[in-house]
Amino acid sequence: MGYEHRKKIKAEDTNWAVEAHGLVKTFGDNRAVDGVNLNVRAGSIYGVLGPNGAGKTTAIRMLATLLRPDAGSAQIFGHDVVKEPQIVRQLIGVTGQYASVDESLSATENLIIFSRLLGLGRAEARQKARELLEEFGLTEAAKRPLKHFSGGMRRRLDLAASLIARPPLIFLDEPTTGLDPRTRNQMWDTIRQLVKQGSTVLLTTQYLQEADELADRIAVIDRGRVVAEGTVDELKTSVGSSSLHLRTQHPQDIEEARQTIERVLKVESNVSSIDGKISAPITDADRVTDLLISLREANIHLAELSVQKPTLDEVFLNLTGHGLENHSKQSGEVEEAAV
Amino acid sequence: MSSPSIHPTTHHQLNKRTSFTQSVRNSLTMAYRGLLKIRRTPEQLFDVTFQPIIFTLMFTYIFGGAISGNVENYLPVIIPGILVQTVITTSIVTGVQLREDMDKGVFDRFKSLPIARIAPLAGALLADTIRYTIATVLTFTMGYIMGYQPDGGLGYVALSGLLVILCSWAISWIFAFFGVIARTASSVQGISMIILFPLTFLSNAFVPVKTMPGWLQWFVNMNPISHLVTAVRDLCNSGTFGWDLTISLIGAAVIVLIFAPLTVRSYMRQT
Ligand SMILES: Nc1ncnc2c1ncn2[C@@H]1O[C@H](COP(=O)(O)OP(=O)(O)OP(=O)(O)O)[C@@H](O)[C@H]1O
Ligand SMILES: [Mg+2]
Repeated sequence: MGYEHRKKIKAEDTNWAVEAHGLVKTFGDNRAVDGVNLNVRAGSIYGVLGPNGAGKTTAIRMLATLLRPDAGSAQIFGHDVVKEPQIVRQLIGVTGQYASVDESLSATENLIIFSRLLGLGRAEARQKARELLEEFGLTEAAKRPLKHFSGGMRRRLDLAASLIARPPLIFLDEPTTGLDPRTRNQMWDTIRQLVKQGSTVLLTTQYLQEADELADRIAVIDRGRVVAEGTVDELKTSVGSSSLHLRTQHPQDIEEARQTIERVLKVESNVSSIDGKISAPITDADRVTDLLISLREANIHLAELSVQKPTLDEVFLNLTGHGLENHSKQSGEVEEAAV
Repeated sequence: MSSPSIHPTTHHQLNKRTSFTQSVRNSLTMAYRGLLKIRRTPEQLFDVTFQPIIFTLMFTYIFGGAISGNVENYLPVIIPGILVQTVITTSIVTGVQLREDMDKGVFDRFKSLPIARIAPLAGALLADTIRYTIATVLTFTMGYIMGYQPDGGLGYVALSGLLVILCSWAISWIFAFFGVIARTASSVQGISMIILFPLTFLSNAFVPVKTMPGWLQWFVNMNPISHLVTAVRDLCNSGTFGWDLTISLIGAAVIVLIFAPLTVRSYMRQT
């Protein structure tokens, strides 16, 4: 049934799940969303990336009919969010940034109530709740009040509640913020699964890595404006490549290691005066193998080696000329990927 | 994930508007939610349990002798008065709780679901009639324990209880409106008390109107609460009903007709 519907939509209205033009929302004199355009193809995962206060939540709330845009327009599968909100609501599932489930009730009760509101009969609702709880690994906790749920469980229940009607478009506002790495990976799998089943997902995140893992296309927003849009690769190239960081076991090797790097990688390198860490951009990942062999041949022992991806902060610096909130932390916190 | 072929709710067709039957169904589901919440947190029934007991005891023994000569004679006067006062005061809680509830994330989900817009409000108000019922039963029970024997008989007493519950439900739309437009739950409580306190006390609920100064009598006789109290007294004490009952019902209807749409409109405007 759901598929038929989706097919029909695709045939009728090209294949845009979301088309937003010039969305604006102001709170007082704060232009929280300032002319945002978004086009999300049906069947894809679209990531909206931005720091705190960029306007991600505000933008999603407008698309999900929770907030009326001050200007601009948006269509969900061709249906206008302002003129046909009730139709749009039949096409979307929303998992907000903050848990939108009933704290005082149990997981089962929550799902049953949402199912009943969506038109399921008594027995159907019970069945649906059971199915979803099983799918999201919440069966054991089903009867407990949510007050005692962990953040991850709450998040999963929240997502489960958004999937009752199997909506063709799902909004996820920072689905993994506050989750531990294992739970985060589970959430990613769930999201991929949803798309495999034909849903479209629009998610927001503060992490480039998450957008990288999941999204087919990304919009970077800052201060209410889209500052970059494209595929993950396009975005990355615009930001610059990863960089290599290494430290030698013996300080006297630093200079030789540095020369080896510059010779093999054919790039400039830097040495940190604090901890003697050498860093260099990686233009061709293959050459890193050659570098490691050369270092071994020169009998230079390494204490530490890492490749750092461009951080969201670097994306921002590059795109907007200003960094994220914490300028002081800028050089300290980096996402590292061990080699 | 279960196979995507079993979703009974996926959209056979997209409906532009919610039908009346859907509105009723959604409201009933939301009322069911309200009842579940009460069951989960029974301590929120504290006020409707103790207020009728304490107020009935207090007022009867304090004023009984002064106003009617003795407690026995005061009971037919005070029990209907206390009943109206207590149950209507209880309806303030509806507005306060609605405000608290709306600040929680779950209301975002209700707003994003394709349900009747009125359902979250109507459901909450409907569930609260259970509170009014508890207060009503307890007040009559207290009266009975203290020796109140209504001449109207049990049927009319039950009818008067229903009347009070109905009117309180109507009045709760006023507080629901405050709940929707106010910023904080405590301000709802504040505004509601300021309105309700004079209305319930400047009535014939506790004291005969004849003992009041002329200008006050004018207000008290106008006060719809007085008409409701009189209607309840007529039903309980003599099994009769008349103009006061009609006025009470008309008043209730007018309140709902004005405040229900107003409340729903403000609720929707916040989206
Ligand atoms: N209801 C509101 N009233 C007033 N200002 C608001 C409201 N909601 C958001 N804002 C402001 O709008 C701006 C954008 O907020 P928004 O929540 O959309 O950001 P965000 O990108 O979701 O941030 P975060 O990553 O912290 O969730 C912020 O400056 C915020 O203070
Ligand atoms: Mg946000």
